[in-house]
Amino acid sequence: TTLMKEKLVVFLAGLQYIAVQIINTSGCFKSFLLANCSIMYLFLLFLADGPSIQQVLVELTNQRTVPNVFVNGTHIGGCDATYQAYHDGSLQKLLGDSKDAETYDYDLIIIGGGSGGLACSKEAAGFGKKVLVLDYVVPTPLGTSWGLGGTCVNVGCIPKKLMHQAALLGQALQDSRKYGWQYEEQVKHNWETMVEAIQNYIGSLNWGYRVSLREKSVTYLNSYGEFVEPHKIKATNRKGQVTYHTAETFVLATGERPRYPGIPGDKEYCITSDDLFSLPYCPGKTLVVGASYVALECAGFLAGLGMDVTVMVRSILLRGFDQEMAERIGAYMETHGVKFIKKFVPVQVEQLEEGMPGRLKVTAKSTGGEPEIFEEEYNTVLLAIGRDACTRNIGLETIGVKINEKNGKVPVNDEEQTNVPYVYAIGDILEGKLELTPVAIQAGKLLSKYEFLFTPLEYGSCGLSEEKAIEGYGKQNLEVYHSLFWPLEWTVAGRDNNTCYGKIICNKHDNNRVIGFHVLGPNAGEVTQGFAAAIKCGLTKELLDETIGIHPTCAEVR
Amino acid sequence: MATLWRRRERLLGVSGRLCRTVRALSGKNEYDLLVIGGGSGGLACAKEAAQFGRKVAVLDYVEPSPQGTKWGLGGTCVNVGCIPKKLMHQAALLGSALKDAQHYGWNIAQPVHHTWSVMAQAVQNYVKSLNWGHRVQLQDKKVKYFNMKGSFSDPHTIRGLTKGGKETIVTAENIVIATGGRPKYPTHIAGALAYGITSDDLFWLKESPGKTLVVGASYVSLECAGFLTGIGLDTTVMMRSIPLRGFDQQMASLVTEHMECYGTKFLKRCFPTKVEKLESNKLQVTWKNTDLGTEETDCFDTVMWAVGRAPDVKTLNLDAVGVKTNSETGKIIVDASEATSVPHIYAIGDITEGRPELTPTAIAAGKLLARRLFGQSSELMDYDNVPTTVFTPLEYGCVGLSEEAAVQCYGSDNIEMVCLREREQRILGLHFIGPNAGEVIQGFALGIKCGATYPQLMKTVGIHPTCAEEITKLHITKRSGLDATVTGC
Repeated sequence: TTLMKEKLVVFLAGLQYIAVQIINTSGCFKSFLLANCSIMYLFLLFLADGPSIQQVLVELTNQRTVPNVFVNGTHIGGCDATYQAYHDGSLQKLLGDSKDAETYDYDLIIIGGGSGGLACSKEAAGFGKKVLVLDYVVPTPLGTSWGLGGTCVNVGCIPKKLMHQAALLGQALQDSRKYGWQYEEQVKHNWETMVEAIQNYIGSLNWGYRVSLREKSVTYLNSYGEFVEPHKIKATNRKGQVTYHTAETFVLATGERPRYPGIPGDKEYCITSDDLFSLPYCPGKTLVVGASYVALECAGFLAGLGMDVTVMVRSILLRGFDQEMAERIGAYMETHGVKFIKKFVPVQVEQLEEGMPGRLKVTAKSTGGEPEIFEEEYNTVLLAIGRDACTRNIGLETIGVKINEKNGKVPVNDEEQTNVPYVYAIGDILEGKLELTPVAIQAGKLLSKYEFLFTPLEYGSCGLSEEKAIEGYGKQNLEVYHSLFWPLEWTVAGRDNNTCYGKIICNKHDNNRVIGFHVLGPNAGEVTQGFAAAIKCGLTKELLDETIGIHPTCAEVR
Repeated sequence: MATLWRRRERLLGVSGRLCRTVRALSGKNEYDLLVIGGGSGGLACAKEAAQFGRKVAVLDYVEPSPQGTKWGLGGTCVNVGCIPKKLMHQAALLGSALKDAQHYGWNIAQPVHHTWSVMAQAVQNYVKSLNWGHRVQLQDKKVKYFNMKGSFSDPHTIRGLTKGGKETIVTAENIVIATGGRPKYPTHIAGALAYGITSDDLFWLKESPGKTLVVGASYVSLECAGFLTGIGLDTTVMMRSIPLRGFDQQMASLVTEHMECYGTKFLKRCFPTKVEKLESNKLQVTWKNTDLGTEETDCFDTVMWAVGRAPDVKTLNLDAVGVKTNSETGKIIVDASEATSVPHIYAIGDITEGRPELTPTAIAAGKLLARRLFGQSSELMDYDNVPTTVFTPLEYGCVGLSEEAAVQCYGSDNIEMVCLREREQRILGLHFIGPNAGEVIQGFALGIKCGATYPQLMKTVGIHPTCAEEITKLHITKRSGLDATVTGC
């Protein structure tokens, strides 16, 4: 019985062991013990008086089978019970409660300094935890890289909305003459001026993040993080210097990066959104490949800045979005000078001439029907065909974190916990919840979800698309209300009558409850914001707080 | 209380119908409904009533302003209110956009200047198109339109007078008074009426008002001063006490502080004593500074009074039929069903006592009234939690109570909510300052009404004119196959 006072006691088949040092393990316990070797001191000691101990064990635990596990004198049970305790965390708790638990360098290490990672690090530091953030931007094939803050700040929402704003201002310039403003006819856009202003602003944000990390006493390393063993990470900086850091808990927040199609010339000559926002020269005549929101937003503002823009689309626009709205967005862009090549994919990009920008020749083939070849010259080819999670080169396999082999995303439970209990994941790398079943739709699970696009005609939506609503409720049970409208400000400017559009989808059998809200028009974000709150409804302050802000708009109510 | 009123209405409704048959047989009453005043509320009420197949007429007549300005069908909102105001506000915003654009890489050769006449022409053309649109809509809905000034000669009879003095007698079963309000002139200031203009004139000026003094601290005053500053005019606001009385005062001071940074000059705690016209055609204004106890003067090209609005009831001859008004405000006293002291005479919009002076509330009240009269509805207008927006350079949107009115509050920076602590922190008011404030507040107002079923969505009063209000006006179902194009205002 004195044995029970040891930290961990494991009675294995026939022989009884107490923990002395990790020597060896076997059978079903192997992986479990290995996975935890850094939180447990495991001592294995051969004991001579096997049968008498067995006798005592049966008396104590009423368990005849082995293994039979005790932690700090508390009986856990057999193999299954130990796994169970391990997975629900009670085993770790028992082990951790003891005085001589191993100490780590940090309570928490976060890999990835984007929106999610930074927020998480500051929050944890606020609770008095010792936190390390590792952030490292692997340069794009063309060498573009950036500072702390992740996609949103550097190559996502922020520069995108600013370029979108530049395009809107171009429209405002045209409108302004109708409103009595007079100035010289010739107005040209200077790409370099815009990029410099935007990059200066981003630089100030990068700096701001560093300062706020320091204020919160979060350690920041501009190094690439990679798991080398459980609870231990290898950090490599730009100069190739390596340091090692351990922590009790880890959060993966590495985000996503644009995908390349794997065709000849893609990495050599094409750019992605990672390059566009800091491009030092005007991209000129541009081919945007893809039908994602990134593709349409970029195509939209490039056209708004006066570029000759073509979008090449494999099949439909904005898959997953309400298709009527997607079509309207496409139609509006077409009337504003964006060309669309539908049902084509590029197969090769060749360089005709180097330069800033150079000249590229794109070869594409049709995706359906008669095989057709399309060839055209562009100054710039922007790939926007999707994004991949950055989870394949951070040593996850070393510590056994499972990822979806297809898309690299990390499955998590409701607490954002991966299959390895001390590793959590947040942000873009999370495996999307399963495709919505009609039942889930019925339960209204998606109602708080909303989306917002800075296409030239802005699009905001909340709740279900018409397609999903029909799938979930049946067409006969829905009522769809819609209206085209002409914003007052556009009337005097005399443009785009009857292009703005609003639609709400109601469930007839639930008191006409609004289950989908869609609007196309100026300031769609602002408009949607409140409606999203309202759709969540019963609207208490608490509910309003739960509503996530549309980023970045004025309506981001905290 | 409300149920009592409704019961009374229903009883009256029955007797009213009997009455109508008798009168119709005797050929006495030509119309089921006569609306006096073709503004937002009146037109909405008339068109809604016509939908029920009733015989409806609208009388509208614009008494020229003291400076001689007049306009077409549609009332204050369309002609001298929200619409031209927001368009001129937009002109000012575009001025800011021109400055911003240079930072975003647009090369604009200096100098940039603003030409009033181009803007005014564009705005006025648009307003005229709306006037025409309203005429066409009345015709489509078979509502008879009289361009006449109406006054009561008996409880069912209105005497209409055309501009030329021609008289027409119109009789109706039900009468709705919706003649709205007009800007007030101060009565005790020499030269005020002779030389000053009001918002009724500003939007129809053919030439730039030049250096302008705006007197008053109302939202009309601040909005006009805001856009005048924005298009590059030297603009001064003179106010005797606090800005935006009745609005949340923290937000009101943020609005004026921003305007000061934006270039609008403020003469606070000052009131004018006289206006004189100099030989140079400039207007010399003399005022008292109550802080210093001094008298000061300056010269302006234009002096605009924005000291409040008063109802347009004088000519209606209400005494003849016994419709009661509030002796202080001159406004018509109505019950929850918009009925005046004379049961078959109703009043909606700015002319009614204690109601918000807002286009969307007048429209909603007018429609609901028509439905109660002719559509077997009993639904009353809900005047609680009506959102509104002040289109100052930095826009201010709000719904519900002001902080002062709510006492218990929660807030930070530019957004704040006035909530009740108990009972799950229900939101009592929400105030927002920033660009597109109207768009922002719109949905939240809906949230405050809550539950967000379609009937509730319809009950949410739109902020006028924003894009978001279009959503609260959604009524065409896809199923119906009707044209979803929006016409008019």
